[in-house]
Amino acid sequence: MPTLINTQGVVEDTALTPVTLKEWQANPSEYAGKELELSVNSDETVDLFGADADQFKRICIDFPKFADGRGYSAARLLREKYGYKGELRSTGDVLIDQLFFMKRCGFDTFALREDQVLEDAIAAFSTFTNPYQNDVQDQRPLFRRRQG
Amino acid sequence: MYVYDEYDQQLLNERVAQFKGQTERYFAGKIAEDEFLPLRLQNGIYVQRYAPMLRIAVPYGALNSAQFRKLGHIARTYDKGYAHISTRQNVQFNWPALEDCPQILAELAEVQMHAVQTSGNCIRNTTTDEYAGVIAEEIVDPRPYCEVIRQWSTFHPEFAFLPRKFKIAVNAVPTEDRAAIAMHDVGLNIVKNDAGEIGFRVLVGGGLGRTPILGDYINEFLPEEDLLTYLDAIIRVYNQFGNRKQKYKARIKILVKALGMDRMRELVNEEFERIKDGEGKLTQAEIERVKKHFTDPDYKALSDEPAELVSAREENKAFARWLDRNVRKHKKPGYAVVTLTLKKIGTPPGDITAEQFDQVADLADEYSFGELRSTHHQNLVLADVEQTQLFALWQKLKALGFATPTLGLLTDMICCPGGDFCALANAKSIPISQDIQKRFDDLDYLNDLGEIDLNISGCMNACGHHHVGNIGILGVDKGGEEFYQVTLGGNSGGNKADDASLGKIVGPSFAREEVADVVAKILDYYVAQRTEGESFLEVYRRLGHGPFKEVAYADAN
Ligand code: HEM
Ligand code: SF4
Repeated sequence: MPTLINTQGVVEDTALTPVTLKEWQANPSEYAGKELELSVNSDETVDLFGADADQFKRICIDFPKFADGRGYSAARLLREKYGYKGELRSTGDVLIDQLFFMKRCGFDTFALREDQVLEDAIAAFSTFTNPYQNDVQDQRPLFRRRQG
Repeated sequence: MYVYDEYDQQLLNERVAQFKGQTERYFAGKIAEDEFLPLRLQNGIYVQRYAPMLRIAVPYGALNSAQFRKLGHIARTYDKGYAHISTRQNVQFNWPALEDCPQILAELAEVQMHAVQTSGNCIRNTTTDEYAGVIAEEIVDPRPYCEVIRQWSTFHPEFAFLPRKFKIAVNAVPTEDRAAIAMHDVGLNIVKNDAGEIGFRVLVGGGLGRTPILGDYINEFLPEEDLLTYLDAIIRVYNQFGNRKQKYKARIKILVKALGMDRMRELVNEEFERIKDGEGKLTQAEIERVKKHFTDPDYKALSDEPAELVSAREENKAFARWLDRNVRKHKKPGYAVVTLTLKKIGTPPGDITAEQFDQVADLADEYSFGELRSTHHQNLVLADVEQTQLFALWQKLKALGFATPTLGLLTDMICCPGGDFCALANAKSIPISQDIQKRFDDLDYLNDLGEIDLNISGCMNACGHHHVGNIGILGVDKGGEEFYQVTLGGNSGGNKADDASLGKIVGPSFAREEVADVVAKILDYYVAQRTEGESFLEVYRRLGHGPFKEVAYADAN
């Protein structure tokens, strides 16, 4: 079992009605009124569901392999283009050295792969103090934050 | 040169700490081999035939003497006493121990150097013209823009795991392109519009490797403040839709081919329109801040052609030849731009020893405001030398073996490490470069031939850029034996912007002993056919492939 964390430590999972993109698209009305958790795989790019994102209380974006970086763009677009306000969770091959990037792209919970050391994982969220780029957490790049 | 402030330094120090932690976790068995791989790659550590290779970033080729001495120190302390200048202006160490890498990186950080994103599927070091800032022909100094790109691309949160590596190059000279922008994932040609504003003509989709493709224009004029948001848009499209199933189809060039440039442009523009006026938009204040790091050094008021230079040139034919070849005109009267050729017979192109690092650093301090540059052709440049000092400098360079007056000539080759070092090689490449250097060692003949790019790669990964050599040589494997395929007519864009081309294969490959002869036959034919002042490439383009092909396979008589 993966360990569910946020940037502070282990968190309890909350039960929602799970749905895949295929299921949802086949019959959206069936899920009306439910608190939904949408799971998408990395081939399911956000242009396919971004406009409906607010229907879901949680969206889980899968990283089939740590080297597959599509989920970073997916998360960022959900937050910045589609204005998604719900919970964004990374699932799959979620390893310590991706966490800092994931956080910056707008994920708030992380299904850390079970063999990863929790302490190292939490420490990884503060790898860099002042990154150069704008991100989901701070819309200003360093050149708008830099003093002097 | 850009000098780090506390923000830049803090980021780099945190990076060193991060990689130290990663390496410790790896040696403690907490990170699996295949999961450590992308982490070490993004810190420049490749594993090659005999040992890891550590590739150090030299952002757009700019170095100071303190950094150069540090590189020498690392070559001496942690390697076998030498290093290698790469075709992307970086420096490579071929024999460091993996355990030493965190310490090497910590030492480099002291002089604001690092190996960040020098390999792996991320945005790599941005490259540019080695003469940036010191020649009159450029529209504007490209280095501030390269630095802006460096900062934007460093630890980019979204683009650390792209389908494949991503390289950006910048050119600012209308009549020449030393940065070879057409063979990069994104090529930026700095231009001025009718209103006199600075912007970029943006090329996308270039690259060599197995499927060599030249980049094509996606945007004819991108205003300078839109640079970063436009790059974000391009790479965001690529990150989502690039091919991740097959490594050899994963570069952006394949995505551009698959979608077609019109569709690619549409997707990029759609994303760009969304973000272009957001907070990510580059500010004039930032452009000005970075430009302040690239102001002119304290040039003296001097004039061209001082008496001591004129007399030394008249008295010394070898010096005159070196001036003609390796020294070029500076934008300031009384100064000159000097290229140090790392192409001495008997040493692999681009190799430099620990002692030479120190000696060249001293020369930079003495003659060129303590700065130097590395070049795409694996040479070094002292960019601000007083003309009165050229003779003294030449004598010292000669003693170092860096004054071979062959810049741009046949023997100023680009050559990958090949089978002597590289596990992927089909064939050795350095011995071929040495055969050619030995065969063509007559300086009068080389000068008479004029400028020719000869590029050698040991396999189709094309690290030696054989596709864009006027003469390209590629190592191939034929039933376990090393053979060489020859291509003609490639051009990296060296002589004229928009003039890049890919070479065409002459025919069946040759054995190693034949290669120098084949090159000789092709050159003899060129010499016989040329008219006054016509370059090899011009003759090839005029006569076409056929006659050259015939000559290459004709029996010598
Ligand atoms: C000895 C260890 C080396 C190994 C294992 C190696 C491996 C590779 C591989 C696999 C590629 C193909 C990437 C692709 O097609 O996307 C590549 C491309 C490249 N390598 Fe190397 N390389 C080595 C050394 C070098 C050196 C020393 C240089 C510079 C002199 C260099 C410059 C390049 C360049 C410029 C490319 C890109 C060509 C393009 O645009 O597609 N490599 N290398
Ligand atoms: S071209 Fe091939 S042989 Fe040469 S360095 Fe690159 S991978 Fe190795």
